[in-house]
Amino acid sequence: MEKRVTFSKWTIGILFAVPQLILIFTFFYWPAGQAVYWSLTLQQPWGGGNIWVGLDNFRSILSNASYWDSITASMIFAGISTGLAMTIALVLAALTDRQLAGSWLYRVVLIWPYGIAAPALALAFRFILAPEAGFMAVVNQVWPGFWDPGLDGTDAMASIIIAFSWKYVGYNFIFFLAAFQAIPRSLIEAAAMDGSGVIRRFWDIQFPLITPTIFFLLVINITESFQDSFGIVDIMTAGGPANATNLMVYKIYSDGFKGLDYSGAAAQSIILMLLIIALTIVQFRFIERRVHYR
Amino acid sequence: MTIIKRGFAALAAGALSTALAIPAFAEPVKFDFWFGLSGDLARVVDTLCKNFNDSQKDYQVVCTSQGNYDATLQNTIAAFRAGKQPTVVQVYDVGTATMMLSGAYKPADKLMEENGYKIDYSDYFPGIARYYATSKGEMLSFPFNSSTALMYWNKDAFAKIGKTEAPKTWEDVAADLKALKDAGYDCPMAINISANESWQLMEQFSALHNQPIATKNNGYDGLDARLEVNKTKFVQYVTDLKKWYDAGLVKIKSKDLGQDMVQAFATGTCQLILTSVGDHGTVGRTQKEGMKWDVAELPVYAGTERKNSLVGGASLWVLSGKSDAEYKGAAAFLNFIHDPKTALFWSTNTGYIPVTKSGFDFMKSDGFYDKAPYKGREVAIASLTASEPTEITRGIRLGNFTQIRAEFGTQMQAIFANKVSVQEGLDALVKNGDAILERFQQTYPGKTLP
Repeated sequence: MEKRVTFSKWTIGILFAVPQLILIFTFFYWPAGQAVYWSLTLQQPWGGGNIWVGLDNFRSILSNASYWDSITASMIFAGISTGLAMTIALVLAALTDRQLAGSWLYRVVLIWPYGIAAPALALAFRFILAPEAGFMAVVNQVWPGFWDPGLDGTDAMASIIIAFSWKYVGYNFIFFLAAFQAIPRSLIEAAAMDGSGVIRRFWDIQFPLITPTIFFLLVINITESFQDSFGIVDIMTAGGPANATNLMVYKIYSDGFKGLDYSGAAAQSIILMLLIIALTIVQFRFIERRVHYR
Repeated sequence: MTIIKRGFAALAAGALSTALAIPAFAEPVKFDFWFGLSGDLARVVDTLCKNFNDSQKDYQVVCTSQGNYDATLQNTIAAFRAGKQPTVVQVYDVGTATMMLSGAYKPADKLMEENGYKIDYSDYFPGIARYYATSKGEMLSFPFNSSTALMYWNKDAFAKIGKTEAPKTWEDVAADLKALKDAGYDCPMAINISANESWQLMEQFSALHNQPIATKNNGYDGLDARLEVNKTKFVQYVTDLKKWYDAGLVKIKSKDLGQDMVQAFATGTCQLILTSVGDHGTVGRTQKEGMKWDVAELPVYAGTERKNSLVGGASLWVLSGKSDAEYKGAAAFLNFIHDPKTALFWSTNTGYIPVTKSGFDFMKSDGFYDKAPYKGREVAIASLTASEPTEITRGIRLGNFTQIRAEFGTQMQAIFANKVSVQEGLDALVKNGDAILERFQQTYPGKTLP
C-alpha cells in the first residue's frame, strides 16, 4: 500500500505558512499600505495631523515637469546600464566558459564587484572619474573640457551608468557562467565536429539555450536599476547637475527625507512601484514568448 | 515547572530590589542630546558634554552625533513619531520654520524661567537672536554654533598685483580678478554652485544688500510668503558671476570634481573664496607652508549701504513629552552652554563665533583674537553686527528651505552649463521654490508662525 503524507486539515497548512505570512505582512504589505494611505493625505512631518486630499498628491506630481524629467532619466539609466551590464557579462562569461588561459582567475575575480556596497564603489568611481584629480584628469589634459560631470548632465549620467554597470557585471556574470556550464558539452562538441565556428556555435546553440537566464537577468537588472541606484547617485552626483541624474528613487529620498514631504514621497514611491510592475508585466508578456525553457 | 516558577520569583525579587535601589543610589538623571556635527567638531561636542557632566552630579547628558544636520532632523522626527525623542536636539538654521510649526518643542525661554535660570536675552547679538526668535522676540531655541560668511583672500597673490587690502566692492573684485588672471593665476576665485552655496551666494548677499529673498519679510510675517530673488540685485550678481566664470576669472571647485574650494584656497590654487568663518581653522591647519592669507567681510556692490550678514549654524531645541527631571537637566545644560567660559572653549576648538556680547567681550579680554591662529575671526562679529537687523536682514523663515536650497543648486548648475539664461534660471528657481512653499503652507492649514 502506498503511504502518503497528507494534511487532514487545511488549518495545519496555514499554520506552517503563518511565520512567512507574518514576515511578508510586516515588512511588505503593512508599509506598502501605509505608503498608499500617506499618498492620499498631506502628512505633517512631526505627526501633528494630516488632511485627506484624495489624488491631489498624484496630480501635483504628474503635472510637474521635473518629475517627468526624472522618469526619463530613470528610463535612460535603466536601459543603458542594463544593456551594458548584461552584454559585458555575457561576453565575459562566454569567454570564461571556453576555458581560455586564466579563466579560473576571471571566474573568481569577476564576481567581486557585486560584493562591494554601492556607496563604497561610488566613492571609488567618484575619484576615478573626477575631472581634476582622477584618471579622467589625464584625458582632460589631452582634450581640455572633454569630461565635466560637475556641469555636463550627460557626463554625470555616464558616470553613474558606468558605476552601476560595473557592479552588475559581476552579478550577471555568475548567472551567465552557470547557464553556460549547464549546457551539455556533447552538444557543443558535436557542433564543433560538424565544422561550426565559435561564433556560430554561440548563436545557434548556446544563446538559445540560455534565454531563460537572459530573461531572468533582464527582469532583475531593470528592477534593480530603479532601486539599487540610490547609493551610487547619492555619493556621486546627488542628483545633479541641474537634476540630470535625479533618478526616481533618489527624488523620493530627497523630497521625503530632506524635504520632509512625506506624502509627496509616498505618492512617488507608489508611482515607482506601479511602473516597475508594469515594466515586468510587459517583459513577461512580450519577451518571455521568445524564451525557450527546457 | 518548579524551576520556571522559581525563576519568575527570582526575577520578580530582582526587579523589586532594583526598583527599591534607585532612590537610594540617587543616580544622575540622564537625558539625550542629539547633534549634527561630525569629525573634529563632534569630538569637541563630546568634550563639551563631558565638561558638563563633570561640572555637577545631578544630571548626565548623553550626546550622540547623527552625522549631519539633515540626518539629525530626520532621525529626530522619526524618533518623535515613535515617542523616543531626545530631550535636546540641534537643528540647523533653515530648519527653524519647520520646528516652529512642529508643535513638538518646549519653548527655551519658558524652560529656563520655570527652572529658575535668568538669561539676559538682550545679551545675544541681535543678528543671531532674531534669526531664531519668534516675531514677538521670544526665544524658542538657544543659539549654539554660529558662523557667518567671510571672504578669504590670498595676501601673497594680491601683493603681486600691488594690493595690500581686500577688495570691498564687487567692482573692485572684478578688477582684481582680471589683474590676478593677467598676473598668471589660473584660478583667481573659486565658487561652488551646489545647494549649500545658497547660503553665501544668495542668502548672505541678499542680507548685505538689504534685498529680500521672499515676500512677507522673508517669511517672518506669514506662511503665504513667496520667493522674489528673480527681481532683486541678486540677478545682477549671478549675471556677473557667470560673466566672470565665462572669462575664466571664476572657477568651480567641488569635491566631486577633485578639490573643494576650501582645499583649493588652502593649497594656493585659488586666490579668493567665500565661505564660513567656521573654515578658518581648517584653512589654518591645512594651508600651504608659509602662505599669507586673511579674511574680510563679503564685498558689496558700490554705493550699497552695508547691512548685517546672516548667522549660519544651528540652535538647540528642547522637545516636548519629557519628564520634569529631564527638563531640569536640559535647563542646566543650556545654562552651561550659555556661560562665557564655555563660549571661549567652544570658539577656541571650533571656528564658531561666540553668540553673546558677554562671551565675545570675555574672549576679547582674554586676548583670544590677538593670537595667531584665531586672529581675523573677529571680522565675523563685525560682519554680523554691521547694522541693526532690518525686517529683511534678521533672517529667513521659510518652510522646507532645504528643498529651496536644492532648487538653487539645480538652477545655478543649469545657468552655468548654459542651458538657460540667468533670468530664466532664476525665474525657474522662484517658480519651483514657490511650489515648495505652497505645499508647506497646505500641510499646515490654519497654522501661523509664532
